[in-house]
Amino acid sequence: MADEETNVIIGLEVHCQLDTKSKLFCGCSANFRADAPNTHVCPVCLGLPGALPVLNKNAIEFALRVAKALNCTFTKEGEFCRKNYFYPDLVKAYQITMGDSPLATGGYIEIEDDAGNPKIVSLTRIHVEEDPGRLVHMGSKERGHYTLVDYNRSGIPLIEMVTEPELSSPKEARRLLSKLRATLEYLDVFDPEKDGSIRVDANISFRGHERVEIKNISSYKGVEKALTFEITRQKNLIRRGGTIARETRHFQERKGTTSSARSKETATDYRYFPEPDLPVIRVADWVETIALPELPDARRDRFMQQYSIAVGHARTITGDLRLAEFYEGIVDVGATVAASWVADILIGELNYRGMALETVTTRAQEFKNLISLVRSKTITDKAGVEVLRVWLDNLYAGDRTETPAQIVARLGLSREDGSSFRVIVEQTLASNHQAIADHKAGKKGALNFIVGQVLKETKGKSEPREIHAMVAELIGE
Amino acid sequence: MPDIYNAFLSRIEISSSVSGPLSGIRVAVKDNISTKNIPTTCASKILLGYIPPYDAHAVELLKAAGATIAGKTNMDEFGMGTTTENSAFCPALNPRDVTRVAGGSSGGSAAAVAGGLVPMALGSDTGGSIRCPASYCGIVGLKPSYGRVSRYGLIAYANSFEQIGPMAANVADTAKLFSVIAGHDSRDSTSVSKPYDLTGLYAGIKGKIVGVPKEYFGEGVDKHVAAAVTAAIDRLEDLGAAIREVSLPSLQYALAAYYVTCTCEASSNLDRFDGVRYGPEPEMNLPWHDAYTSVRKMGFGPEVRRRILLGTFSLSAGHYGKYYVKAQHAKQLIRRDFFRVLTDCDLLAGPTMPNVAPKLGELIADPLQMYQTDILTVPVNIAGIPAISVPCGTAHGMPVGLQLMGRMFGEDDLLNAALAYEEAI
Repeated sequence: MADEETNVIIGLEVHCQLDTKSKLFCGCSANFRADAPNTHVCPVCLGLPGALPVLNKNAIEFALRVAKALNCTFTKEGEFCRKNYFYPDLVKAYQITMGDSPLATGGYIEIEDDAGNPKIVSLTRIHVEEDPGRLVHMGSKERGHYTLVDYNRSGIPLIEMVTEPELSSPKEARRLLSKLRATLEYLDVFDPEKDGSIRVDANISFRGHERVEIKNISSYKGVEKALTFEITRQKNLIRRGGTIARETRHFQERKGTTSSARSKETATDYRYFPEPDLPVIRVADWVETIALPELPDARRDRFMQQYSIAVGHARTITGDLRLAEFYEGIVDVGATVAASWVADILIGELNYRGMALETVTTRAQEFKNLISLVRSKTITDKAGVEVLRVWLDNLYAGDRTETPAQIVARLGLSREDGSSFRVIVEQTLASNHQAIADHKAGKKGALNFIVGQVLKETKGKSEPREIHAMVAELIGE
Repeated sequence: MPDIYNAFLSRIEISSSVSGPLSGIRVAVKDNISTKNIPTTCASKILLGYIPPYDAHAVELLKAAGATIAGKTNMDEFGMGTTTENSAFCPALNPRDVTRVAGGSSGGSAAAVAGGLVPMALGSDTGGSIRCPASYCGIVGLKPSYGRVSRYGLIAYANSFEQIGPMAANVADTAKLFSVIAGHDSRDSTSVSKPYDLTGLYAGIKGKIVGVPKEYFGEGVDKHVAAAVTAAIDRLEDLGAAIREVSLPSLQYALAAYYVTCTCEASSNLDRFDGVRYGPEPEMNLPWHDAYTSVRKMGFGPEVRRRILLGTFSLSAGHYGKYYVKAQHAKQLIRRDFFRVLTDCDLLAGPTMPNVAPKLGELIADPLQMYQTDILTVPVNIAGIPAISVPCGTAHGMPVGLQLMGRMFGEDDLLNAALAYEEAI
């Protein structure tokens, strides 16, 4: 690793939409994504003159759960304040947020560093604020002649979590986000599947150089990409003897690059002051009454103990609440084999197809049956993967009728006894004299070549180990 | 009746079919209080064309009590002024002498009542905006305790000071209107559950201790006004009250604390008027920032712009601690002073305004001198306590207002005392 890279300092500001039923300061439904623009609005979230905010208790409860789970210290009196700035998506020309007195400070998140060792990342603060509306630019930037505003999002509750600048690599940043996401999911306060439900600002600098802020990155992958790009850019600049400007940059998701935000003549002055329309909130007694569910780390440890599965499997499976629930639902088919099928095979096949986990979690019994087929040696591991692929392809295409067992039957994938392949093995040996000669001459891999030919012929219905033994036997070893 | 005092910005007669305590009574509503389907402009060009899709809580209560909404009254733009000359449309005239101002900022409401156009009206009071025009026009006006009347639908000028309140020709009507609008509203987080019950209204003032803060008779108070108010306090003593001189030394900070805080809040409140969602349409061929600027430049009058600039300055980095934070300290001192004297005294008494209604144009050119006339009204807004202005004779041929100030949620003491005084003269 180059010297510079060990000196990278990264801090994150993570904004997640809290998955409440209604908005932060009014009764409008927060479930707006499927609906027409400006249909989830009222005088309050439109900022109409005279309208006043009323705090959604649920949103605070959600944020308190997060703060408690992340070991934060609670502020005696949390105070909302106004962040004043002009922008067409901001109905009141101020955002109600929290300043000097957030809900909670301190706290930490445990992740693994790039070497796989545990690492504690400190949190600076946690607070709650309102999301602004959304601008929709019509036409291209150069030729676009108007912009539409949709206020459905205006007033959606956001939780902002700020880390200390203690991350040392883009991968660490991504792991922190994954951990944070899992924790919020376990706490039942966040739905990562909702479009735009997470936004991240990342600060990055090389020790001894100015800090650059990358604003508004809207995916986990994006954060890693943007930071990786920035490291290269800053490193090159420093090598060429340039200076890093302290600035805000935007991330272009599609290109994977960052570009300087047009620097303003003067720094923005948000003129923060306490929000006079809302009382301070005292949470000390409230926090006491909040019970936390089992969190990702605890569940990981329990899985390792209760089901005797490997740490890697346990970590992967518990890193996503729905995956963990799914796993526990099918664990009686065999804990180890189920863990392997979920963590090593299923996730990859789903990702490859861009399919949501829900397609499988809603059909857990069928997936379980598939594992049973493998476990009972009705089909081989290889055939099992083949069945899974066909099954997923079917689901992807909208065909939900065929069960894994039916797929096995249709494709004739049932495992057959080694003896039924004897003819194929003999034929393969007969047409591969050279390979046998190579093997006898001590060339490694020659035998595997023959076994591979047979496996190909038998279409995965045979166990590699049995074929291997049969080949060895037939060539007299 | 024609509106010769420029009391109204819009006249409508929306009668309620409900029968209630205000059935058949016409009530005027200040134009910074939102009325569904009726233009609400705050007497500002920047809200021309804005028609609220909802009623303020107080307006809902009026309708539910059977009142007829008689129209929207003139005011200083966004409540910023003491004479209603800062209306973007026309100044309200004083029915007692049309060459004089009606006071402000609820000047239209006061003129409508004093001119006999309506028996009662809603005003709003941020730093004296109900009591000043009540005093100048010779009517009764009550600034309720902070939180007692919902602010939902009141277009904010300075959120932490202001209250909607009743104005009427006499104390009984003022109390009646107050009984309708007081009470809790879940849509205002600063609202408290303190309804007002009319039944104790004739309790009188006998045995009550009335404090007279010497600061209310200090420099700048017209001696004829002071004489009328002193005579009124003597009447209170005749009626059985014990009079005691008290002092509120922190009042020296009141005007500064008030103007810093209210301009800070106003600068933030008024930023939303950008032409994007309502009000005059901005020029479409400009970059958005320039379009905002042009709308706001055209839409706001000079006093509003002055206060936006002052507030923006006070909240800016490097100034916040010197101004906003200091003002909040002063606010605590003033509050403590009032609470201290009001543990011994049931009420405080003094003039509402240091003067009588000035001539039109007399003060408008000198904003600082105009701010000075708020010296006796702003302290109670800072403390959050209630105060009432009740007519007490004349000076220079114009009405003088006696101001009674009470404990937090002590409106019943104020109204009882005001009624006893009114009946005695």
